[in-house]
Amino acid sequence: MYRILEKRELNPTVTFMSIDAPLVARKAKPGQFIILRVDEEGERIPLTVAGYDREKGSVDIIFQIVGATTMKLNAKKQGENICDFVGPLGNPTEVDGVKKACIVGGGVGCAIAYPVAKELHDLGCEVTTIAGFRSRDLVILEDEFDKVSDRFYRMSDDGSWGEKGLVTAPLHELLENGERFDVVIAIGPVIMMKFVTLETRKYDQKTIISMNPIMIDGTGMCGCCRLTVTGADGKKQTKFACVDGPDFDAFTVDFDEAMMRSTMYAEFERHAREETCNLFKAEVK
Amino acid sequence: MPIIPNKHPMPSQDPKVRAHNFNEVATGYTEEIALAEAQRCLNCKNKPCVSGCPVGIDIPAFIEKIKEKDFEGAYNVISGYSSLPAVCGRVCPQETQCEAKCTLGIKFEPVGIGRLERYVADRHNENVCDNALRPQPNGHKVAIVGSGPSGLTCAGDLARRGYAVTVYEALHTAGGVLVYGIPEFRLPKSIVAREVDGLKRIGVDIETDVVIGKTLTVDELFEMGYEAVFIGSGAGLPNFMNIPGESLKGVYSANEFLTRSNLMKAYREHSDTPIMKGGKVAVVGGGNVAMDAARTALRLGAEKVYIVYRRSRTELPARREEVEHAEEEGIDFRLLCNPVEILGYHNPDDRRDPKNGFVTGIRCIRMELGEPDERGRRRPVPVSGSEFELDVDAVIMSIGTSPNPLIKSTVKGLEVNSHGGIIVNEDGLSSREGIYAGGDAVTGASTVISAMGAGKVAAKAIDEYIRSKNN
Repeated sequence: MYRILEKRELNPTVTFMSIDAPLVARKAKPGQFIILRVDEEGERIPLTVAGYDREKGSVDIIFQIVGATTMKLNAKKQGENICDFVGPLGNPTEVDGVKKACIVGGGVGCAIAYPVAKELHDLGCEVTTIAGFRSRDLVILEDEFDKVSDRFYRMSDDGSWGEKGLVTAPLHELLENGERFDVVIAIGPVIMMKFVTLETRKYDQKTIISMNPIMIDGTGMCGCCRLTVTGADGKKQTKFACVDGPDFDAFTVDFDEAMMRSTMYAEFERHAREETCNLFKAEVK
Repeated sequence: MPIIPNKHPMPSQDPKVRAHNFNEVATGYTEEIALAEAQRCLNCKNKPCVSGCPVGIDIPAFIEKIKEKDFEGAYNVISGYSSLPAVCGRVCPQETQCEAKCTLGIKFEPVGIGRLERYVADRHNENVCDNALRPQPNGHKVAIVGSGPSGLTCAGDLARRGYAVTVYEALHTAGGVLVYGIPEFRLPKSIVAREVDGLKRIGVDIETDVVIGKTLTVDELFEMGYEAVFIGSGAGLPNFMNIPGESLKGVYSANEFLTRSNLMKAYREHSDTPIMKGGKVAVVGGGNVAMDAARTALRLGAEKVYIVYRRSRTELPARREEVEHAEEEGIDFRLLCNPVEILGYHNPDDRRDPKNGFVTGIRCIRMELGEPDERGRRRPVPVSGSEFELDVDAVIMSIGTSPNPLIKSTVKGLEVNSHGGIIVNEDGLSSREGIYAGGDAVTGASTVISAMGAGKVAAKAIDEYIRSKNN
């Protein structure tokens, strides 16, 4: 059992939790993920590490309440336990030799982008952050990003926070003005990462993206998280996000296929969400 | 007394009934049948059956005990060699091991050794409460990576010799392939849980949710005071065929499909873990895992299940009983066929059509058997122009696995072969002192019993190694 040391609402749909998991905390690095199960009957879901405190032995997660499992997780209170919490899994984000980076985060993907930005900042790297949200009330980690960014572009779909527009707008402007980075790291919905990549490709700007596909074991056993990449030889290869990723060279990834695969259980998830919604409503009564 | 030429048949659920439930297919011998079957054993002097058993169980000795109605005595004979008798009686390929060597088998059907082993183990489990006799600790610690058949066997043997044993398991439940791979209808999970509990009672510590190579490394285990490490981390990543359409929705690896159903209980009505149910399903491959996947799909409500296998019936690698059971249940075997493409739905006018990207069929080509390959199996060759399509909603790829990279990439100096399997000597010792390995992590996909054999050999070698080091 793993104790919830702290729980905070970051916005009405996004929750922060700090989990007591000393072994995971000892090893976790930005870019890696964990797999958790809320209770004995629960499914295994991957969540990217949002932070860690090696001395306290805690690992932070930030999750959007999108389906049955995240709803159940969100119903847990500070001081309560979750059943399983395993990691750190996947490879850390490559930060060696990076002196100047552009971090592009979209929505709850910013929760994953933040520890990467912070690590790069702590290593003395020049960090440009572009964060995008649908609207002001969904913004998370604004102060945190502000502290670790040399430049911070705020974007929202409706213009209620920062500039109105997509994250690709400031990115395009920077690249068009001749600005280059050792790496652009984009983390967010697959569709956002795809459009960031279309932009950076025009300028041959090296780009890393972080994939978050459906997973079960997360240790290289089930093959559920597979995606197709184009190798250096031009040949298509199957890669597994859990052991080969989750970070990939953006220019090699088949985004359309990844988006298609992510909807495999859309119908099941909709049902499960409705059932869980009803369950929680019933409990409130 | 005249010899009864045939094995006593295994009482089983009716195929029509069992095809719709997850209860165990074979219900087991009764005492009466077990006694009658035991009488078929000739108790011959040279005991050829023993040489066919990877853990060398004294088979005639336990069958003699059955004849004497000393069932607990029979259990004690078996458990002196095997830590998981109730498991092996169910999943061992006896027809290629002990029963293949049976003297009676020369003229008649061999003795039903596996069925008798299962009877003895089940009877013991139902009637006897094992003593929690903890062996005298010898003050030495050993770590085991993975709680599958090799790891559990190695752990049990070492614990009985007095070692403090910790088993690290990546998943949330101990048992490895016995819980995520082999379905409930072939190996009830309560049996696995009982075997694991038995190990806990003799002092084995099982730590779930720990991924060796990630949460802890093998080198850290040595720093923590373990004097030897046994790696039984299993087979690893599923293979795909690299044909078009393998990323479509509805294409599973057998590992994924079975893990969803077995470990995550997706077969239960209100499981949180989704799985495709119903429709038509093609399973590609001919091993035990393929049979398990096909029969699981059937029980999940599939209206039609095909096995697509590129060789002929005689080359099917699955246990004969599994093939027979699958056929009885109505699995449609398409032998000498190989997939060339998986077909999917694509609505060019509506990109948001929810059916887009789902499997609609599989295109196969007929094969014929050509010259034998280096292993003596006749190589399948495609027959040009013989392509045909099967309408299916899901495809399950069951064509083997490649070793997991997590351990070899984090243990310096650990040598692996060209397939990625850990290289070990006849004692299970790897290229690094104190690190032993066995099971699928060494051999690639193999059987439960051979993994147990490897765990047993390694336990003996680890014991000798630690003794010699401390003398």
